[in-house]
Amino acid sequence: MTDSKYFTTTKKGEIFELKAELNSDKKEKKKEAVKKVIASMTVGKDVSALFPDVVNCMQTDNLELKKLVYLYLMNYAKSQPDMAIMAVNTFVKDCEDPNPLIRALAVRTMGCIRVDKITEYLCEPLRKCLKDEDPYVRKTAAVCVAKLHDINAQLVEDQGFLDTLKDLISDSNPMVVANAVAALSEIAESHPSSNLLDLNPQSINKLLTALNECTEWGQIFILDCLANYTPKDDREAQSICERVTPRLSHANSAVVLSAVKVLMKFMEMLSKDLDYYGTLLKKLAPPLVTLLSAEPELQYVALRNINLIVQKRPEILKHEMKVFFVKYNDPIYVKLEKLDIMIRLASQANIAQVLAELKEYATEVDVDFVRKAVRAIGRCAIKVEQSAERCVSTLLDLIQTKVNYVVQEAIVVIKDIFRKYPNKYESVIATLCENLDSLDEPEARAAMIWIVGEYAERIDNADELLESFLEGFHDESTQVQLQLLTAIVKLFLKKPTETQELVQQVLSLATQDSDNPDLRDRGYIYWRLLSTDPVAAKEVVLAEKPLISEETDLIEPTLLDELICYIGTLASVYHKPPGAFVEGGRGAVHKSLPPRTASSESTESPETAPAGAPSGEQPDVIPAQGDLLGDLLNLDLGPPVSGPPLATSSVQMGAVDLLGGGLDSLIGGPNFVTPPAATVPANLGAPMGSGLSDLFDLTSGVGTLSGSYVAPKAIWLPAMKAKGLEILGTFTRQVGSISMDLQLTNKALQVMTDFAIQFNRNSFGLAPAAPLQVHAPLSPNQTVEISLPLNTVGSVMKMEPLNNLQVAVKNNIDVFYFSTLYPLHILFVEDGKMDRQIFLATWKDIPNENEAQFQIRDCPLNAEAVSSRLQSSNIFTVAKRNVEGQDMLYQSLKLTNGIWVLAELRIQPGNPNFMLSLKCRAPEVSQHVCQAYETILKN
Amino acid sequence: MIGGLFIYNHKGEVLISRVYRDDIGRNAVDAFRVNVIHARQQVRSPVTNIARTSFFHVKRSNIWLAAVTKQNVNAAMVFEFLYKMCDVMAAYFGKISEENIKNNFVLIYELLDEILDFGYPQNSETGALKTFITQQGIKSQALHWSCGLQHQTKEEQSQITSQVTGQIGWRREGIKYRRNELFLDVLESVNLLMSPQGQVLSAHVSGRVVMKSYLSGMPECKFGMNDKIVIEKQGKGTADETSKSGKQSIAIDDCTFHQCVRLSKFDSERSISFIPPDGEFELMRYRTTKDIILPFRVIPLVREVGRTKLEVKVVIKSNFKPSLLAQKIEVRIPTPLNTSGVQVICMKGKAKYKASENAIVWKIKRMAGMKESQISAEIELLPTNDKKKWARPPISMNFEVPFAPSGLKVRYLKVFEPKLNYSDHDVIKWVRYIGRSGIYETRC
Repeated sequence: MTDSKYFTTTKKGEIFELKAELNSDKKEKKKEAVKKVIASMTVGKDVSALFPDVVNCMQTDNLELKKLVYLYLMNYAKSQPDMAIMAVNTFVKDCEDPNPLIRALAVRTMGCIRVDKITEYLCEPLRKCLKDEDPYVRKTAAVCVAKLHDINAQLVEDQGFLDTLKDLISDSNPMVVANAVAALSEIAESHPSSNLLDLNPQSINKLLTALNECTEWGQIFILDCLANYTPKDDREAQSICERVTPRLSHANSAVVLSAVKVLMKFMEMLSKDLDYYGTLLKKLAPPLVTLLSAEPELQYVALRNINLIVQKRPEILKHEMKVFFVKYNDPIYVKLEKLDIMIRLASQANIAQVLAELKEYATEVDVDFVRKAVRAIGRCAIKVEQSAERCVSTLLDLIQTKVNYVVQEAIVVIKDIFRKYPNKYESVIATLCENLDSLDEPEARAAMIWIVGEYAERIDNADELLESFLEGFHDESTQVQLQLLTAIVKLFLKKPTETQELVQQVLSLATQDSDNPDLRDRGYIYWRLLSTDPVAAKEVVLAEKPLISEETDLIEPTLLDELICYIGTLASVYHKPPGAFVEGGRGAVHKSLPPRTASSESTESPETAPAGAPSGEQPDVIPAQGDLLGDLLNLDLGPPVSGPPLATSSVQMGAVDLLGGGLDSLIGGPNFVTPPAATVPANLGAPMGSGLSDLFDLTSGVGTLSGSYVAPKAIWLPAMKAKGLEILGTFTRQVGSISMDLQLTNKALQVMTDFAIQFNRNSFGLAPAAPLQVHAPLSPNQTVEISLPLNTVGSVMKMEPLNNLQVAVKNNIDVFYFSTLYPLHILFVEDGKMDRQIFLATWKDIPNENEAQFQIRDCPLNAEAVSSRLQSSNIFTVAKRNVEGQDMLYQSLKLTNGIWVLAELRIQPGNPNFMLSLKCRAPEVSQHVCQAYETILKN
Repeated sequence: MIGGLFIYNHKGEVLISRVYRDDIGRNAVDAFRVNVIHARQQVRSPVTNIARTSFFHVKRSNIWLAAVTKQNVNAAMVFEFLYKMCDVMAAYFGKISEENIKNNFVLIYELLDEILDFGYPQNSETGALKTFITQQGIKSQALHWSCGLQHQTKEEQSQITSQVTGQIGWRREGIKYRRNELFLDVLESVNLLMSPQGQVLSAHVSGRVVMKSYLSGMPECKFGMNDKIVIEKQGKGTADETSKSGKQSIAIDDCTFHQCVRLSKFDSERSISFIPPDGEFELMRYRTTKDIILPFRVIPLVREVGRTKLEVKVVIKSNFKPSLLAQKIEVRIPTPLNTSGVQVICMKGKAKYKASENAIVWKIKRMAGMKESQISAEIELLPTNDKKKWARPPISMNFEVPFAPSGLKVRYLKVFEPKLNYSDHDVIKWVRYIGRSGIYETRC
């Protein structure tokens, strides 16, 4: 017997006692007992055994007791579903109570009981309550629909509650409207495709009216909902903005932030020349500053959002630097955020003040804060050239304090300053070298080693310094090891005579004694370079380094735009899209800022305007597969500034090799490394010739020289999935040559170079006929249009679907994979016209089971036009007949791989629907040929 | 939306736990306790993400309030709600303490049921809540419940619901006072950060206009102050007035209003009109940065004499009309951690070295305008081998002055109640200005 038995008996005793009290006749005693039960429930004791006794107390006219019992029910109903049924009758009865507060209480509580059997009984009372005469009941019922939807979405749809909920948006009571909006927004979020929140100018107007009248919370719901709307033009955007701006004076910070969100989003649509645009910018600053006098937790939320706003529209707060100065008593989380914003706002105009502040902060107590302050000084130096000298001297002062973490942080940033302003501040190297021994953090050690290697010719004892690090080589972190390897190679190239032994030592350490593949590979590359061609090695290792960018830690523009749509929410606090921290489908929808649309230019709705491709053709990006390779390339590129520059050049050099082998094995395509230049003429020759001969045919026949139909460019690779590289593309066929027209846009912050492209094996052997030629590096926000010639002599592998093409694109950042569907008509060759007799014979020859029938709907053309249009895409009419008033077109086409397709197209004058019969020896192409027909005829 | 709300004591024991959403389980209660309340390090953020669950917390004395969610909620709204929750609880039972929360847990559950539905905040105005959540808060040991709902008439009930959901959710109809009276307090806190050389690094006033109204019926009020924009607009007609009042007007950087104020009217006409809640409420908050009257100037002088001695001299100068009196003046001079002894001499008031606070605290009860006072101290230091220099925190100051450092003046507050027979003239109005120190620091 253990003590535990004793404990359980006491517990049992306690429950027994409560049971007796719950069944007492005296009301007061009952109530006290229920209170005790609730108290035990709160602390986490299991009181579910009392379920029947508590439920028995439900039938009471004492409202306080009723509420307590309901509270108990909400907690335990799920664990005792059968017993919970006992409560249903009381609920249903309460929903009919003359007192609106009791009706609302019943419907509110019922929605919180997640038991299927109860849910069924909830429908009728809920329907009544949604139409109740009392607004308090209606506003409660509106939320209840969202609760029910969470339990059983299908039921809500079947019962038509969604329509009732939509009607409530036009309710006369503002609070009912607000709750209905909240409920609808939540339901819509779990059905991204549904058009549940059908926002149109009328419903927007209703919401804007309710905005003036409802509670502060209701205003937040409405503003958050408004932010999801895309106005049809700039005029509508402006008129909504005008009605939202008064909210900026609300005492509730959440109302203010939600209003800011709406304004920031709709501003995208306004032209910068507009007077109103300027007015709006001015109106945004004061409320944002006011948020900083709120309670610290809200200040934190506000600062995280201001951080985004400053990156998106720096002009709003550029004169408000002072309000971000750190106060001694600010909580640490507020201090760190303020510091971040200070650096973003630093400019030539205010740099003196900022530096004075930062110096002050560097003497504070909190280690993280001090580090960040030191780093900020370095960032100021890089951002504002005029201040660089003062920053360096400030940093030197800080190094003199000998506070360990301050020194290390200072060295890391001084390395960046060296890179930004070469040959200017190297005089301080001596001071830095004095602190070599106190460095114990990898980042600082790596930075110091970089400095020694880079300026080896100016440091007399560079070899000794580096050698001292070499002793504990295997205990260092990878970052330091890589840096040390590179630094010693640099040293060797600069002072070859004295350091041969050292370099051999480090190369053998890196290649033979290390099991880190990155280190080993880099070691081997250096080794081979040095042994085969020292001159080349010098060119590579000591190459001039690209400049580092001024702004660091900027959020990628595509992510920033998405986060702007989430101002005020958790996503804006974490600086992550909701998908990164929310489970399930709720976070899956990506939001984006509306495109700028001028009212005079376009009447189209923005949803349809940019969508170049029909939804079926949406390309899908091949996931994960390439990540391994990407990581390999990326590993030591590091952040733009602090990344060791030598690493960049060496890795790029290594990339060719890595990539060639890697891609081959991954995709199994033709050899990537061998430039196919030699084969180009031969390949192009054949189609060119036939194209030429066809040219005559065309001119004599139809007289159009336009080539086959070209679909508008569609997004193949969104920037979000390719580290900022956006690819739009389409396929064309012109006089016998197929090409892939690409539009590459750099939406990242760094320059993109070294583009290459490769296809996976595909059904028709499509392959690039020439390397991807991007002549100049693609700088941020630049777009380039390229036409890539294709041939059809690549390796063949049947794909699913047949016209699927998997593409790998590489640049200096990474390798990206995507797949796209090409229209089959680019493969229709120019000599696809069959002789009549052969046509007849072939038609008969192909078995009937290979015949496929399709209907082409809604095509307004007549037989003549159809024929000529198809001919320009290399579908040739062999014969034409008129049978019983119907035009019969007999057509033939040939694919690049020699497959013939025969067609019979039946056109009835006046009927826009055509019948298409296709016969082919390879029937799997029929479906795609039919698609080609549709594409050609309908565009 | 908010998935659950927990209240803990300083030990991390749960006092209140209310779950609104199915995705929040009991383990969330423990996750917060373990990762935040019992965390080894100081909390670095008021928002914590543990296993894809986000926790928002605020602390009141030693009570933790935490809101939990698994969705991408409006973060600003959650914090505003937590503050509001504290206000509501305070209005019902006073200070938020463990004892009060335990004594009132039934009331708190009832409130939580009413002001949050499925995690969506509902009407949280105390005035409205008190009409139907009538349990009296228990401030002492005595237990007395008064529960009234079932005795209400039908009219009363529908009046309650229309008030809770209506446009004027903050005031009920049918309020009657024998004497119509209102009090306006202009409360300002003046913030300053000054360099040792006397250069103003940043200064701003954040002010509040707090109104206590005891007015019958549904009075329509209009509030006017010497806002530069309004005065300039009015002054266009009469040039004389512009020159007369133009000097006294102030530039308000930004202001925010209680939800009773019609914001669209303020936006278009810059007039402040509203129907006030009954009793005390904060009508507006504002912020100014231009032409601030800094009531005190602090001139510090710190000299390090060798490694074991510091000499500190601080002069304060009052800078306002000689006829006015500042009160509750306190100057706080930080001392290094290795202080072993302090000798202080001051001309006025009392000064003491408080070892536990690492500071010399100098208190003066009253001081008139345009005066000056001085303190000097010798600080003995223990020798240490700590390499890090003393951070020299700024000298801070507290005070209270009977004027508004921003220069704000109330011009009028007009009351109209067309349905009842009292006019603007019958209302007794009181106005008071108090300027306090916010963060008033001078670096040394």
